[in-house]
Amino acid sequence: MSGISFKGVTKRFGGRDGEVLAIDRVDLEIADKEFVAICGPSGCGKTTLMRMAAGLDFPSEGTVAVGGKAVRGPGPDRAVVFQQFALLPWKTVKENIGFGLKCRGVPAAEREREVMRYVELMGLTGHENAYPHQLSGGMQQRVAIARSSVLQPDVLLMDEPFGALDAQTRVVMQEELIHLARRNPRTVLFITHSVEEAVYLADRVVVMSRRPGRIQETIDIGATRRAENWEAQAIEDVMDRDSFIHFRTRIWKLLRHRDEAAAAAQRPARRA
Amino acid sequence: MTRRPGIAETAALTAAGFAFFFAVWWGVAASGWLPRAVLPTPSDVATTFMALIRDPFAGYTFQQHLAASIGRYLMGFALAAAIGVPLGLLMGWFRILDDVVSPLFEAVRFIAPLAWVPFAALWFGTGIGGPIMIIFSGAFPPCVVSAYRGAKLVDQRLIEAAQTHGAGSLRVIAEVLVPGSLPSIISGLRVSAGLGWQSLVGAELIVVSAGVGYLMVQGQSNLATAIVMCGMIGIGAVGFAIDVALRFVERRIKAQWSPA
Repeated sequence: MSGISFKGVTKRFGGRDGEVLAIDRVDLEIADKEFVAICGPSGCGKTTLMRMAAGLDFPSEGTVAVGGKAVRGPGPDRAVVFQQFALLPWKTVKENIGFGLKCRGVPAAEREREVMRYVELMGLTGHENAYPHQLSGGMQQRVAIARSSVLQPDVLLMDEPFGALDAQTRVVMQEELIHLARRNPRTVLFITHSVEEAVYLADRVVVMSRRPGRIQETIDIGATRRAENWEAQAIEDVMDRDSFIHFRTRIWKLLRHRDEAAAAAQRPARRA
Repeated sequence: MTRRPGIAETAALTAAGFAFFFAVWWGVAASGWLPRAVLPTPSDVATTFMALIRDPFAGYTFQQHLAASIGRYLMGFALAAAIGVPLGLLMGWFRILDDVVSPLFEAVRFIAPLAWVPFAALWFGTGIGGPIMIIFSGAFPPCVVSAYRGAKLVDQRLIEAAQTHGAGSLRVIAEVLVPGSLPSIISGLRVSAGLGWQSLVGAELIVVSAGVGYLMVQGQSNLATAIVMCGMIGIGAVGFAIDVALRFVERRIKAQWSPA
């Protein structure tokens, strides 16, 4: 059982002009095997939330726990897929995918078997001995996803994993991630600034406001997704459904409304 | 944009540079402006050189002196690399070590290798230890600095990726920090090799047996300027050869290593 729990999480960053409040009292419970997307404008602290679950950053106040245990540092039970792939350039595709297994002390023969299973699963066959710079962005991100998935982590953390890909590749990767998640359900925290991506992928979309980052609203997509069986359909058909458009519009309005409210709040202050 | 000259053209220009240098030297020496004993002509030096190769001076032939120097140099350089590179990497990784060692190191590294001569002789003797320590003091700083900078410049995301996939400190150092800073380390080793070789004459001031520096000191005390010049030429030629060889190695490694 590995849910993620944020309780009263506040994060301040020390800057040149004093402290900046990046995240303000966030409470969020992610259930075991739930796919949650956090969506919000840049600077809303969504990546920082993910980094705190990964153990790469720590809250100024409040607690972050995974599987009921407070997060103390990074670990392979919470593998991260980064936006910029972060593959080791001096290792081949196979060596990159097998890196975590090697850290875990898995014997070479068994490692080879597992790695090749994921090479096949992620459509990387024929590239297993290539170096990352010889692959396209989409291929590199497949390697990164394989590197994390092969560890069978309780929790998969994804920080705008498709943000650096072109639109066509992005759509293919989104479909593949849905299939991977169905085959191998696990807790996923997915960070994105794309509303469509969040609605298409997640059971629940958490909408955050601009700095200081707060949770504005949490929208449940999972029930609709299952009822309409989105997973069996192509992404463009799903995006054409009334239910999808409804969710998308609602989230857009939340993001817009919030920005306008913030702008309105600032106007009189500027005049004064 | 300036045109890139071809290989033949480069070789011709290099030869012209050397020719000009020897012509000026010969002209000044032959003019009698300075006594022959103070400024020997190139042919005097060539004759002396042939003699040094044939007959022992200060106990050994020129080749034997050179071999002794190279052996001493290799030991000092190897020691500097073996201690300096790991130290630099660890300073780049462990904040505490960085804070403790860096300021001290930044101050000490400006002391010229020659300044260590009296202490090298007192502490390590004039046999093997002292001279090696002086070469070491010349070759050591670039090893530390390049490994340290290399480790600091390794992409933070690669380190985080390794950590979130289960790598501990030792594995991050071995599989991310070392390969990530290798290009910087190689450049540093090349600089270090050069500075170590430059420190050689200083190191051999205190030597009492053999070595090119020792040969030069003996030549000087006999007022044999041509012998001193032979030593200088030998040091220049070997230094040049070391640099060319390491440049070649550096290029090979960097070509293989560049991620993009």
